[in-house]
Amino acid sequence: MTKGGALPKGFESPSDLGSQEKYEEVKPSSKTMTLRISKFNPDKDHAPTFLEFPVSYEKWTTVLDAILEAKNYHDHSIGVRYSCRQAMCGSCGMNINGKPRLACFTKISELDSDVVTVEPMNNFPLIRDLVVGFERMFSTHKRIKPYIIREDSEISSGTKEFLQTPEDVEKYIQFSSCIKCGLCNSACPTMAADSTFIGPQGLAQAYRYIADNRDQGKDERLKIIDERHGIWGCHFAGSCSQVCPKGVDPAMGIQLLRGYLLGYRK
Amino acid sequence: MSSIMRESHIMKIHYLTALVAVGFVIIHIMVRVTQGFSNSLEFESVIANYKSIPYAVVLEAMLILISVHGFNGLRIILLEIKQGRVYENAVTYGCLAAMIILIAYGSRTIIMASMGMV
Repeated sequence: MTKGGALPKGFESPSDLGSQEKYEEVKPSSKTMTLRISKFNPDKDHAPTFLEFPVSYEKWTTVLDAILEAKNYHDHSIGVRYSCRQAMCGSCGMNINGKPRLACFTKISELDSDVVTVEPMNNFPLIRDLVVGFERMFSTHKRIKPYIIREDSEISSGTKEFLQTPEDVEKYIQFSSCIKCGLCNSACPTMAADSTFIGPQGLAQAYRYIADNRDQGKDERLKIIDERHGIWGCHFAGSCSQVCPKGVDPAMGIQLLRGYLLGYRK
Repeated sequence: MSSIMRESHIMKIHYLTALVAVGFVIIHIMVRVTQGFSNSLEFESVIANYKSIPYAVVLEAMLILISVHGFNGLRIILLEIKQGRVYENAVTYGCLAAMIILIAYGSRTIIMASMGMV
């Protein structure tokens, strides 16, 4: 505010300007729902229990907001992992009303339910409450060599930037959006049964680098995925693609990878 | 099996045996419908089929294709249920042995019937 209480030019309220324009009043909807949070500590507890909290929400309130409200005002011991709150870090994956979703990317209003149940993701080892271990997924991701493999380098003297046409980029770009949240692995029925299956996340990333025309590591990666618990374990349920919050289609990537192994893609 | 062959080679065989077996099953069904269903199941009619060499070859091909496809499918299912090196090798070589025994026993029946030994 300027001296004397007058607002600077351009910051006057509508009444100051004398216009008929009025700010639209935001009326809170103040709906209330019951948030059920799975509580389980494998070191202490025998079976999971559910804590129930009444939570008021607006149309923009996310499930993560509700969980944090419960954690801040009702039970500080609730275990939840989160970071960016904008579907970029992939930390807050959990089962929300039975479906794997990112808590920060799921609005309560779009769930269309008075009860929201949050549980840890399936197919991952439970650490506590809503927090699961990502070690297996990260080690599988690492195993498929998620980087460009080639002899020369863009930074070597005498070489130039590796140019790609828009068509070249189009082949793999959607698979680059993977944030390693693990929702696809959580939704995969093969992962539920086969503890050594590579999983849709790893297979989609294998395709991402194989389809990149700058990469020369195709044979190496195909050898890794062409094993007993590799690509052939996929039954094409397609649930991985259904749950991906970034629009990646791992099921399609897996089918395209099979083309390389069956010899109808080069 | 998969320690001897790459999994992609096994799966190529798996898909191919399924496709070819469907073709042979169609031939088999078409031959059956030419006779009338009740007549085709008569003992003499069944034995006569085996004595027709082309038809015996169709039966033998179906036996091999369906056994290879079926036992590999069984192996895949069993490997998905449980993991572990000993278990996986037992399942793989067990399925291979069972497949060979079934093909051998089935082939023996087809050969004996076609030679009039039944």
